[in-house]
Amino acid sequence: MTRDQRYPREIAIVAFAQTDHTRSSAELSEVEMLMPVLRQVLGQTGLHTGEIDFTCSGSSDYLAGRAFSFTMALDGVGAWPPISESHVEMDGAWALYEAWVKILTGEAETALVYAFGKSSPGELRDVLSRQLDPYYVAPLWPDSVALAALQARTLIDAGETDERALAGIAARSRTAAQDNPHAQLRGSAAPDVLLEADHLVQPLRIHDTPPVSDGAAAVVLAAGDTARRLTDRPAWILGLDHRIEAHSLGVRDLTDSPSTRLAAERAGLFETGVDTAELHAPFTAQEIVLRKALRLDDTVRINPSGGALAANPVMAAGLIRLGEAAARISRGDSDRAVAHATSGPCLQQNLVAVLEGEAQ
Amino acid sequence: MPDILSAPLVVEFPFTRSLGPVQSAFLTGLRERTVLGVRTSDGSVLVPPVEYDPKTAEEIRDLVEVAPTGTVTTWAWNPAPRRGQPLATPFAWVLVRLDGADSALLHALDAPGPDAVRTGMAVRIRWAAERTGAITDIACFEPGEGQPDTRARPHSGQFAEAVTGITAPARLDYTYSPGRAQTRYLDALAGHRTIGERCPACRKVYVPPRGACPTCGVPTDEQTEVGPKGTVTTFCIVNIKAKNLDIEVPYVYAHIALDGADLALHGRIAGIPADKVRMGLRVEPVWAEDGRYPDHYRPTGEPDADYDSYKELL
Repeated sequence: MTRDQRYPREIAIVAFAQTDHTRSSAELSEVEMLMPVLRQVLGQTGLHTGEIDFTCSGSSDYLAGRAFSFTMALDGVGAWPPISESHVEMDGAWALYEAWVKILTGEAETALVYAFGKSSPGELRDVLSRQLDPYYVAPLWPDSVALAALQARTLIDAGETDERALAGIAARSRTAAQDNPHAQLRGSAAPDVLLEADHLVQPLRIHDTPPVSDGAAAVVLAAGDTARRLTDRPAWILGLDHRIEAHSLGVRDLTDSPSTRLAAERAGLFETGVDTAELHAPFTAQEIVLRKALRLDDTVRINPSGGALAANPVMAAGLIRLGEAAARISRGDSDRAVAHATSGPCLQQNLVAVLEGEAQ
Repeated sequence: MPDILSAPLVVEFPFTRSLGPVQSAFLTGLRERTVLGVRTSDGSVLVPPVEYDPKTAEEIRDLVEVAPTGTVTTWAWNPAPRRGQPLATPFAWVLVRLDGADSALLHALDAPGPDAVRTGMAVRIRWAAERTGAITDIACFEPGEGQPDTRARPHSGQFAEAVTGITAPARLDYTYSPGRAQTRYLDALAGHRTIGERCPACRKVYVPPRGACPTCGVPTDEQTEVGPKGTVTTFCIVNIKAKNLDIEVPYVYAHIALDGADLALHGRIAGIPADKVRMGLRVEPVWAEDGRYPDHYRPTGEPDADYDSYKELL
């Protein structure tokens, strides 16, 4: 084995595909939106659906407003004759984690991971409030932007950022997205111009928040020599871990993300340097928290894809971070990258992956 | 391509939730204008209280009373309140550490504008006029002097007529759109035609079509008209009357393979006594006046289909 012996098997991301993310895809059902992505990601490897050992997906019924909506999408992967399949009601990054564990145990050699989210049918800010503590918090209907604004305020009060710096993060991300044909928001006005807008929920303005997006993404994982056979430059998973914070916002220090730090430590991030980071920070201020937790300095390229500020298909945006990082490695634009995914309010749950390409 | 169909979709769910001993004491306390917290083994007081220590996972039941006054630890000005939120006029979301507590509670602060709010400001609870034992018994916070030297006092958590459960109503509004394949299917049905879609790989015809072949995982975009007649492949006799359903029991609910389709769809069988329905029965759709879909299927009078002709569709 060429990788270190953290895990019993070498596993890599060998293919990645995503939709062009849009404000609304009302003309397409979920499976219609997903199918081209599945065909594209399998096409990159030359595999057919019947040759995949394990399939795992991430999505949320609350986005669609329909129970078991993920079963409809299964038509897109050819679920007959019966396949080995699973689903997480979370971002697809956690589906990737499950698939990775499945391969680690030796029960699969290849896995297809996909995620999709259509935010357009409902009011996303209200829909996401239903994931909150149902006793003390959800009855107040705090929306996702409001909760992110509370976190931004704690960072400003702590002197870790200000509204101008946050506008800078927005402008940098969306300018980077100009090179990303899949991004929904590409390009940005200068920070000074952004700061002229009214607040959405103070201290956040519209530029501090992610676009409301419909979209889907898919990844193929493979072990060892299978990965080498399927692609020229596999993005090997050096480490992968995820952790969670206490669910009550009032017991957490919102300026920090100890769960991200612990996941990064367990994934081996602090033992190696990285040149690229794909951070799942839907709100500008969250990038400040993540950079600190992951100890990223100015030598690391942050979100060259534009990140979730440029396209935020809920339930797929985290998987896209892993896919974007892997794609940069496969293209030779990066040798080692960290990818992060989050789920829940104010960075409640965090997943960190360290990816590496073989020496070129 | 016709316009894609869409329709309003309202999802409402009045979840009934039971409360454990700590949440019951806290919410009953709010009804009585008393704020309770819970003390962890390291001496911290958590408000709102939880039943397990977030650090150690130890079960905690040591209830204490804290003050109805406190300090804003962070805030966010909300200029456009949304449905269901505590105040209908612009307000601040706040995390408030009540005097005597070490953690903070999320709620709303009634203030004239963002300039009147700052981290560290003193606030007090404004109680709702009618209280039922819910977090909304706190109507909101309002500016007010705190009692920063307040210490948490032991409390039994006992109240007359404790609240043991809450009903948490939720409503979400969607605009549902079924996508291209199902729009084509529904538009055809409105014209009393049934359209299936053929898989380019395995050549099977799916009804209703969803745009994908579940066997091959490829798009099914070749439309083909099926039926109108079909064959009952299997059925059941329903003897329980469903709420709000205007159909007399017993009635028959069946899988029907329309002629030319490789997948059976569901439908009700009428025009024949329930105990005379059988596998292989030939049926045809009956459209209600102005109906966009068949109301039910009735016997055609043809001889029954051979078992071999539909056994693959069971």
